Amino acid sequence: MSDNAASKQSFPYLRDESVVAVQRGPEPGGAKGAYRAFGETLRGLKTTFARILEGPVTIQYPEEKTPVYPRFRGRHKLHRFEDTGLEKCVGCSLCAAACPADCIRVVAAENDAENRVSPGERYAEIYEINLTRCIFCGYCEVACPFDAITMGHDYELADYNREDLVFTKEMLLAEPVERTPLRREGE
Amino acid sequence: MTIPAADVGFVEATWILVVKSLVIFAAIFGIVPFLTVLERKLLGRFQARYGPNRVGPWGLLQPLADAVKLIAKEGYRPENAVPILWSVAPAIVVFAGVATLAIIPFGDVKNGVGFYGIDVSIGILYFFAFGSIAFYGLLVGGWASGSKYSFLGAMRAAAQVISYEISMGLALLGTIMMAGSLSLVSIVEAQDSIWYAIPQLVGFLIFLIAGFAETNRAPFDLPEADAELVAGYGTEYGGMRYGSFAMAEYIEMFVVSAVAVTFFLGGWHGPGPGWLDPIWVIAKIFAFLFLFMWIRATVPRVRYDQLMSLGWKVLLPLATLNVLVTAVLVTVT
Repeated sequence: MSDNAASKQSFPYLRDESVVAVQRGPEPGGAKGAYRAFGETLRGLKTTFARILEGPVTIQYPEEKTPVYPRFRGRHKLHRFEDTGLEKCVGCSLCAAACPADCIRVVAAENDAENRVSPGERYAEIYEINLTRCIFCGYCEVACPFDAITMGHDYELADYNREDLVFTKEMLLAEPVERTPLRREGE
Repeated sequence: MTIPAADVGFVEATWILVVKSLVIFAAIFGIVPFLTVLERKLLGRFQARYGPNRVGPWGLLQPLADAVKLIAKEGYRPENAVPILWSVAPAIVVFAGVATLAIIPFGDVKNGVGFYGIDVSIGILYFFAFGSIAFYGLLVGGWASGSKYSFLGAMRAAAQVISYEISMGLALLGTIMMAGSLSLVSIVEAQDSIWYAIPQLVGFLIFLIAGFAETNRAPFDLPEADAELVAGYGTEYGGMRYGSFAMAEYIEMFVVSAVAVTFFLGGWHGPGPGWLDPIWVIAKIFAFLFLFMWIRATVPRVRYDQLMSLGWKVLLPLATLNVLVTAVLVTVT
């Protein structure tokens, strides 16, 4: 503690040798303070000017959209088998049981042998997801044993009525309009 | 007894003076909306984002949208307000700002017409006179609003303006002594060998800092800081009246830049033929305005007591010292 005398003058509570003086910055004010403030202001000016040269970092939505990762949980999709065209969903309601927000409604019906809808015994006659309640957690996708429901990439779901936001089976089965860019490898 | 009027350096016919006043009026009311969108775009670029870019190409129609919005707003006068003073305060500030533009020289006398409104022999005192009238507008606006917060905001703004006006005047005094005349045209003509920013560097810096405080611009924009005082003296004003206060601030900014260009940056002097002079002045003024916006984007707001102590304890002694040293050197050499 070489500057004992100086510290006792400026810090009267540091009379005890066992108390260590706190490392303080230089006192503000005065000519030295003004000189340093001027220098720091110039440094700040250089920083803001550098921002002009670097260009803006804004992504101009809706013309440009941030690309999403492949596992992004967007709007749900119901799937069909490509070869037969039958729906994969058999109406087992495991997704409805797994849903934490309780927003899936499944009513199953017996499959007619001539006009099959799904390859199993039953099919989902009514399948509705209430998107105003869905929290997009993806538990329904995890729970489905037939890979019938997956989370797609669509997040632009705004609408004018609450009723229009209850998506029916037809809407979920339909080919979605892919309008969200996907993040490529190494981006 | 008649009040002695200031001598005018070069008088043209009355109709020419009328035309020049109309041109100055039209020009400033055309430049100010462009300044608002320029400031917002520049602030955006300094902050690594775009400024407004949706309304027109490069956002250039944004002032039109702002003006329509402000004009369409309800003009609500509070019950405690003094009616006539409350209505007239924004007009006073705008009038004082525009009137100051009459003395700024944009060029020398060409074809019998001087490229300035009028060249009074009292020169810069005209600028300070109207600056004080603008300060009256702020004070009247804040007091006549009838609300405590407006009054407080107006008092703080008024104290700030008058504190820094003194340092501003003293900083300009150095250049006046070097040129030997108060008239602005003579001062610009005296700078053809060297711009006064170089011998009067201290005066230039003092004028710069005091200029930020005069126009209530960052880092001295406490009177209009939204978080601190809601809009200070402008709290009870809505719609176009508030727009007038904002417009007056931009006009003042333009005027202070123009005065700085005239006194320290050589006015219309620049390489090239004579018809390029007004363009040089406008280019230098816009460089100064860029500096105003650059500082606003960079420096944080100064607290009120720090502001007042800076004005009285740092700038005033420095400005007085500057005047003293300049006076000695001018007399000796």
